[in-house]
Order: sequence, then structure tokens, then C-alpha cells
Amino acid sequence: MSVPAIAVKNLVKTFGDSTVLNGIDLDIAQGQVSCVIGPSGSGKSTLLRCMAFLEESTKGTIAINGEVLGFAENAKGVRERLPAAANRRIRAQIGMVFQQFNLWPHMTALGNVSEALKTVHKINRKDAEERAMAQLAKVGLGGRANHYPSQLSGGQQQRVAIARALALNPKIMLFDEPTSSLDPELTGEVLNVMRDLAAEGMTMVVVSHEIGFAATVGQQIIFLDHGKVLFTGPPQEVFKRPRNPRLEQFLDTYIDRGASMLL
Amino acid sequence: MTFDINVIFSHLPEIASGACVTIVIWIVAALAAAVLGFLVAVARRFGGVILDRVFGIVIAVLRGTPFLIQIFLVYYGGPFVGLSLDPIPAGVVGLSIYGAAYFSEIFRSGFAAVPKGHIEAGLCVGLTHTQIVRRILLPEMTMLVLPPSLNMTIILMKETAVLSIITVPELTATLSAIGSQQYAFVEALFVLALFYWGLVEITGWLGRLAETKLTRFRFFHI
Repeated sequence: MSVPAIAVKNLVKTFGDSTVLNGIDLDIAQGQVSCVIGPSGSGKSTLLRCMAFLEESTKGTIAINGEVLGFAENAKGVRERLPAAANRRIRAQIGMVFQQFNLWPHMTALGNVSEALKTVHKINRKDAEERAMAQLAKVGLGGRANHYPSQLSGGQQQRVAIARALALNPKIMLFDEPTSSLDPELTGEVLNVMRDLAAEGMTMVVVSHEIGFAATVGQQIIFLDHGKVLFTGPPQEVFKRPRNPRLEQFLDTYIDRGASMLL
Repeated sequence: MTFDINVIFSHLPEIASGACVTIVIWIVAALAAAVLGFLVAVARRFGGVILDRVFGIVIAVLRGTPFLIQIFLVYYGGPFVGLSLDPIPAGVVGLSIYGAAYFSEIFRSGFAAVPKGHIEAGLCVGLTHTQIVRRILLPEMTMLVLPPSLNMTIILMKETAVLSIITVPELTATLSAIGSQQYAFVEALFVLALFYWGLVEITGWLGRLAETKLTRFRFFHI
């Protein structure tokens, strides 16, 4: 078996007195779409942010394609932070998409997508912008390249953010509630881009309340509750025959809202 | 007694000289205050807890006492600690330090107002901390601090009037002298008020111009 795209071992994250992640063990398979679901405050976003090393875990390790990111135990068993350059190199395999898009408001769509190509990868402006244009075209925004984020709809902004991540050829894409700040119509256009990406075989981890997307596109469903993985499995098993009572209770809230036909 | 503005205009050369002193002191002090304030804000953000606390106290004192008293202390108290300055340098130094306290708070809030997510997005595409400061933090902050900085610059201009009490030959001192010499206080103060107001309007206009040029986009979302 190949190395997992992401291997999470005994991950613990505490904020002061509260334990948000309480010993997570998880493998994200190569080329699969993994959807993390669970109630608010269950630690979904924190888990994803730990995977991108935006959050410093308290215990445990995360390995990206076999290489440990962030903190590792040295020979004496002491946990230590890895050098910034090493973390940057490993993190380069990951693309991150945020709930709030986080586009840089002083740069155009093209500027946002080409920024890292120019600044980090030292690609000349012309080539960088060419590559950025190709990415924008791929998410259907070739005609919006010179618009500033404030001139774009939420859905368009999120697609620019996806293009910004994809321009760097990541091996893994992390999505942190990518549609939670969009209305249903705009949600659709973002989910379509994500579907295309999944069809291309991109390894994706998606934290989302879009249970329909999880059921139809997800290949592995991870159910988190109170900082623990309560259940993982293929969507059929999760949605058709939820054997875990807590999971059943969680899914009921969606069925109550008329999502039963999706499941 | 009649209101005769011509009495004042017969002193045009002195008025022009006073106006020049006011404008030069103001521009030099405002620039120095902005630079100093920026450095203090950077030191407070990136320089650790001790530096942050120390500057916090200094700023509290500078903001908590009237400029009139501060400038008195610099000019008349300076010699006690070996700092003997002529009126104009003392005025520039005093005004710069006073302004820096406010500017540092403007820049500090500017740094804090840049959404954390914009920095995280930079980290995720592989930018180093220095690149994030240069490409994201500073440009975004500049847009945010522009209006309050303009405000502070205008306040500093009017505070130059206080320097008349340490015998700086700026416009307020000049016109007060003309006023008492000619026994035309009202006329003198009237011209003085018009001058400051005019200068404020010009500054405000320049500031708005800079703002529109620099913020073609707007912060709708955050």
C-alpha cells in the first residue's frame, strides 16, 4: 500500500483548558475525496488547520506524503518544532481554501493567483500571469482576471481562491467550509469546481455542512464529535446504515430539513 | 474702532515669513512623527512583551498630558537634563514626539485590522514572514491608516500654534505681535483662523486625492 497523503497520529490540540482535538488517528488516502462532517465545535476546522500547520498541535504528529509537518519527536522523545524552511517545503504540497476566501483585497484576481508564482517561485511576471490566467480560466473566471475581490461575488471570490491554491500544483487540497459563507446559488458554482477537481483525481479533504456533496462526491466520510473520530467509512455505510447512534442523531437533523432524498 | 483688515496686510512680509515657519515645522514634524510612530508600532508588534509595555507607558503619558505642558517641559526643562534647544528645533522635536504617540496607535490599529486570514493565506502559498509583511501586511495597512493619518496630520498643523509660547516665530506668534502692535487683535486672529482653515482644506483635498488613487478597490468584505 502506498503512503497515505496525510497520516494523522494521536493528534491532540488544546486551547487553554479546552481540548478541541482529543487523540485523532486518521489516514487520508491518495487521490480520494475525504469529507469531514460533524456538529459545530467538534474540531473539524481545527483538524484541517492543523493539517495545513496553521494551528500548532499540542501532541501527536501529522505527516504529509510521509514527511512530518510542524512538530516531530526527536531521538530523545522530546517534541520540537521543525525548521521554518522545512515546514514551508512540506506545506507547499498542500493547497488551502478558507471559509472567508481570504483573497488579498489590494490585488486583482490575476494578482492573487500569480502572487506566489512571482514572489515565492521567482517566475517572471509574464509566465506567472500566463499560468495564473490558465487557472482562472479553469475555474470559469478568465473574463474576471482584472477585477478586484470587492468587484466579485462571493462564489467568484471563492473560485479565485481555489485557482490561487491550484496555481502552485499542490498534491492535496484542503477545503475549510468553502461554501458556508455563500448563498445556495453561489454554493453550486463552487461545488461544481470542486467536483471537477475530484474527477481529476485530486486528493481532497473537505470540511463542510454540504451533506449532499459529501454523499455524492465523498469517498471517505469522517464523522467527528467532541474532538474524536467517531466513525469513518464510505458514504453508503455512513448515510444508508448509520450504525453509530450519535451519527444517526446528527444525520437526522439533515433529514429533518428535507435532505432524505439525497441519502 | 472699526474692523480694518488692511492694517494686517500692511505687514505681509512678516506674515509670509511666519507662514513659512509654520508650514516647514508642520511638514517636518508630521513626517518625523509618522516615521517615529511607525517604528514604535513595529517595535510593539514584533519586539516582544517588554518593549510593548515600555512604549505603552510612554504613549499613555504623551497622550495623557496637554501638548502645551509637554512643549514647556522640552524647552524650559530640557536644559536641566543637558538638552538646550533653540525654539524651532525644540518645537520640531516636541511636536514630533507628541505626534508619534498618536501615529503609533494609528499604525498599531492598522496592523491589528488586517484580517488574520489574509496572512494565513500568504503562509499557505509559501510566502515567508518577510514577504508577507512586504506584500500583504504593509499594503493593506496603508489603506486602513490613510484617513486617520490625514486627520492626525491636520491636528498637528493646528498644534503648531502652541509653539508661539516658546517664542517660535511662526504665524500665530507673528500675527499676535502685529495684533498688539497695531491694536487690531480681532483682525489678526481672523486672518490667522482663515490661514489655518485654508491649509486644512488643502491638506484634506490632497489626502482625499491620495485615498482615491490608492484605494481603487474597497474593503466591502472582511
